[in-house]
Amino acid sequence: MSAALDQIFVSGKQWLLSWLAGAPDWVIQIASSLINIFALLGVFLTLFALMSVLERKILGRIQNRYGPNRVGPFGLFQPIADGIKMLIKEDIVPARADKIVHFLAPVLIAATAILALGIIPYGRGMTPFTIDGGILFFFAVGSTTELAVFMAGWGSNNKFSMLGAMRAIAQMISYELPLIITVLPVVMVVGSLMPNTIVAAQGGYALGFVPRWFVFTPWGATAFILFFVSGLVESNRTPFDVPEGESEIVAGHMTEYSGFKYATFFMAEYIGMFAITGLATTLFLGGWHAPIRMLEFIPSYVWFFAKLSTLLLVYVWLRGTLPRTRVDQIMNFAWKFMLPMAFTCIVAAAVWHYAGRGPAGWLWSLAVIAAVYFTLSILLDTRRKFAPRTYRFAE
Amino acid sequence: MNSVAFIVIAIFTLAAGLAAATLQKLMHAALSFAVTFVGIAAFFFLLGAEFVGLVQVFVYIGAVAVLIVFTILLTRRDVEKDRGFNWSGAFIAIAVFGGLIWAILKTQSLSVAAPEIPALTVKRIGEVLMTNYVWPLQCVGLLLTAALVGALILVMEEKQ
Repeated sequence: MSAALDQIFVSGKQWLLSWLAGAPDWVIQIASSLINIFALLGVFLTLFALMSVLERKILGRIQNRYGPNRVGPFGLFQPIADGIKMLIKEDIVPARADKIVHFLAPVLIAATAILALGIIPYGRGMTPFTIDGGILFFFAVGSTTELAVFMAGWGSNNKFSMLGAMRAIAQMISYELPLIITVLPVVMVVGSLMPNTIVAAQGGYALGFVPRWFVFTPWGATAFILFFVSGLVESNRTPFDVPEGESEIVAGHMTEYSGFKYATFFMAEYIGMFAITGLATTLFLGGWHAPIRMLEFIPSYVWFFAKLSTLLLVYVWLRGTLPRTRVDQIMNFAWKFMLPMAFTCIVAAAVWHYAGRGPAGWLWSLAVIAAVYFTLSILLDTRRKFAPRTYRFAE
Repeated sequence: MNSVAFIVIAIFTLAAGLAAATLQKLMHAALSFAVTFVGIAAFFFLLGAEFVGLVQVFVYIGAVAVLIVFTILLTRRDVEKDRGFNWSGAFIAIAVFGGLIWAILKTQSLSVAAPEIPALTVKRIGEVLMTNYVWPLQCVGLLLTAALVGALILVMEEKQ
């Protein structure tokens, strides 16, 4: 019963494909890909609509107000109203803008965001596209976003757009380094770049009850936190949303976009968020594995989306709690703290591996991380060194 | 099916390359250049070299294209001047093309059937890089580190 429920989507797809029995091979291949694509789009666009209203609800709760509650029960139909509003808005293109680049930027940013979703295993046997270098694909596609952001900023021919794009690219390039380096220990320990293999390696239980998720090892926990923070920066979320800091540069690279193009940027930001939290779940939180053996009868995809939603809730929670950081603070944090810690994770993972992957390795890798953490804390301590502020470029 | 895909990708890549060479605005040319990189990555995928294709996207679009675009943005002001036809450039292009064609036609291995090679996985590439080609890898790493430190020193100079 539970096994059938677990595989319900896989067998549903096979049932759909059985209609095409007898057709040439390439027709079946294309149909299979199309089913995957439509399923992905359906699930994640619904999740986007749900997330946009839930985020406003939760932010309202945090800030002691109601949030949207006019459209439908508890304001749940708010996304539909928003969608209609965005669709019938006038699409304004600045007269001096570069029309083609201005148009292509939201298309490219949305396409790359959706592509990255394709390699994540959503359940047992539920990876839309299995590629040998899946993790590499994720980051290769993700790195294209920088070009899209630049196109938006440059194509708008507006100084705020350009400044916003420059800020966005600067912080995205800086944080891509810790983001990728924190993935390396997982790849090293598993010995594969395939998300399926990485999830499979996290099955089972240590000592009979602790799941073998990488987040329960010292190097895994550190890498997970670093990955999570870098993911926050990559998706331009508070407290790292200086690229669209509305008090300084209107809306950054999205200043000159209106109507549906703006909605596309908004959507791409959320889809990117889903992709990065999905990858975090796959790499560190055991993917679709259940946390306790007793609960394994619950279908695998339920566990995946439960973990995904928990991480998304933390995103919203952070947005409701933290103020925006300064640009130089973000950069200092990336290069002086995140990067050395990310390298330490690699060393700690190697120590863990060579100490036998048991309790001894656990303690040794904890010691490595603690030593580097405290050294960095002492070296980067600025509490006693506050001097009058100097301005280098403004007299 | 593969030959159809090859023709589509070839036309796509050539068109993007032509656009990169002929477009008036330098920024448009740079962006078309990025599209050419996508076409070349698609070729690698078609040949079953997934890893190289992914690295192509990663390095050339994620880094090189962004670098080119930024260089143009930070250095050029007179980007829309028509400079006329560049005869020496055309001559060099034709000479390189002719040389390549001559070299390709001279090779004997064109007529030899491709040997059966096992599927090239990321794992195998990693193993070979870490055993047979570890010295070149280390040298490239050292060179890149030196370049990084050099760039830092160039930037830090203005403090004194």
